[in-house]
Amino acid sequence: MSQIATASTANYYASNRLPSYAVGLLLVIAFVLSWGGFSFLRPEGAEDGVNLPLVGVVTALVFGVLQYVTSLIVEGSRRAIDRTVTLLVTLAFVLAMIPLLSLLYTVVSLGAERFDYDFFNYSMRNVVGEGGGAAHAMAGTFIMTALATLISVPVGLLTSIYLVEYSAGNRLARSITFFVDVMTGIPSIVAGLFAYSLFSLILGPGTRVGIAGAAALSVLMIPIVVRSSEEMLRLVPNELREASYALGVPKWLTIVKVVLPTALAGITTGVMLAIARVMGETAPLLIAAGFSNNFNFNPFSDRMQSLPNFVYYSYVAQGSVPEAYLDRAWAGALTLILIVMALNLGARLVTNIFAPKYGR
Amino acid sequence: MSKRIEIKDLNVYYGNFLAVEGVSMVMEPRTVTAFIGPSGCGKSTLIRTLNRMHEVIPGARVDGEVLVDGNDLYGAGVDPVKVRREVGMVFQRPNPFPTMSIRENVLAGVKLNNTRMSKSDADDLVEKSLKGANLWKEVKDRLDKPGSGISGGQQQRLCIARAIAVQPEVILMDEPCSALDPISTLAIEDLIEELKEKYTIVIVTHNMQQASRVSDKTAFFNIAGTGMPGKLIEYNDTATIFSNPSVQATEDYVSGKFG
Repeated sequence: MSQIATASTANYYASNRLPSYAVGLLLVIAFVLSWGGFSFLRPEGAEDGVNLPLVGVVTALVFGVLQYVTSLIVEGSRRAIDRTVTLLVTLAFVLAMIPLLSLLYTVVSLGAERFDYDFFNYSMRNVVGEGGGAAHAMAGTFIMTALATLISVPVGLLTSIYLVEYSAGNRLARSITFFVDVMTGIPSIVAGLFAYSLFSLILGPGTRVGIAGAAALSVLMIPIVVRSSEEMLRLVPNELREASYALGVPKWLTIVKVVLPTALAGITTGVMLAIARVMGETAPLLIAAGFSNNFNFNPFSDRMQSLPNFVYYSYVAQGSVPEAYLDRAWAGALTLILIVMALNLGARLVTNIFAPKYGR
Repeated sequence: MSKRIEIKDLNVYYGNFLAVEGVSMVMEPRTVTAFIGPSGCGKSTLIRTLNRMHEVIPGARVDGEVLVDGNDLYGAGVDPVKVRREVGMVFQRPNPFPTMSIRENVLAGVKLNNTRMSKSDADDLVEKSLKGANLWKEVKDRLDKPGSGISGGQQQRLCIARAIAVQPEVILMDEPCSALDPISTLAIEDLIEELKEKYTIVIVTHNMQQASRVSDKTAFFNIAGTGMPGKLIEYNDTATIFSNPSVQATEDYVSGKFG
């Protein structure tokens, strides 16, 4: 008897809670209310159905109010506010996901049309209507991005090593940091103009070559690489550097063999993300590398096509069969998204592989 | 092996701030010297000047002399890298290299310096150093596991193994047991006792029982107040410092009246 009595005594720390089904119930009520409201208000003989997105918005509003009031009555004000804010945060997330999913859906559904064997194996040489592909654009994108990476990674990584390991926050370091920040904000077309004029000065006016495109991309890539690797190098604990110095290891070997391996995962991730970021650049490549319908594997002569420009030109210069051009544009966009996604997944994989292991 | 350290009139600065003032003392080969004193009195700062680790901190500098077997560490043209190969150091927190296995950690001093070594020599060195640090039995079956995956006490002994693998003359220990449990502490104290046969050892400790257990001589440091430089108050045989110190402040500190 006494045990039961003890158990039934109200717990000082407990309070009334809404049962979990109540939330679902409120949601259904809110939906029925708004759906019913809109159906009821619909003018006689209207041809359109009920506007679904509008119903969704009103449902969310009604649900928010209903939940707040019920929770206020049953659970008290703190929980009511908690539920409302949770709802707001969730709605913000959903709102952010809508354009993303819509974009993915559109690109996948429209791009799938020409996402075929030909697309990956043919250039646009002598193609005026249907057929053809973007193989030349993919080759160009890979060549120019690879060259840009080859230029940016050494420059960016060495800059960040100087900033973190050697500068000790002197005036030069502070100005480098400042200009790197400024460079992050350079409009990409300016980078393209820079590369174009640079190569015009060297090779004569009107020069459009792959390497110029790569130079334009590296102008955009270097600040990202500097910033991300600087952060990663700063994360390496000073204790490790000191441990290495105390073993009589010179500073440069300490950096090469202790600091860099420890930060490798982060640096690689940063580089991969920088690559993904510049791969989708259109304007600088349009100016510096031009565009082409042909395969060109030599970055030092002639114009070079890239995927973003392939998409752009397919859209602005639709030929005799516009449908075919638009389909190719969507397929190009889909390919670009897939490549960037693969790079991001690769970055995650690399992080897992290279991260220091703490297993026993 | 093992060298004599002589400090002459040493002032240590961080920028313009004088952290340690006017220290003069001699540490004989094959002895253990303990530095004791309240926090902030410059014990760690001083020990770091003995292998030129002090200058790793930006703005830090020293004037005075530190002689190791008569060679001034702060003389003209001295290469700090060469100094640190002779004067090893163990830090307060165990800091094995996280990217390396236990074996690679022991060999770090050799491998990081790009020295080539045959596999059998390397195996011998790993075994000898780990045995020297009383860690061999515990890790011999998992030498290829990450160095950061063993317990804190084992990591600290791994760091000691790493330090003795480069065959230094002197070993500096900056509060090596402050992050460890009593059992691991005991293991390391036993180890210090053995290492004494071969090396000159300097140890910073906050644990006075530890100072009295492991050291032959003890130096007591103190500061007059915040922002004032730390000074060497008394330096004598450990037995004398703990039983019959000549300065009142030392007696107060070792008997727990302040600090």
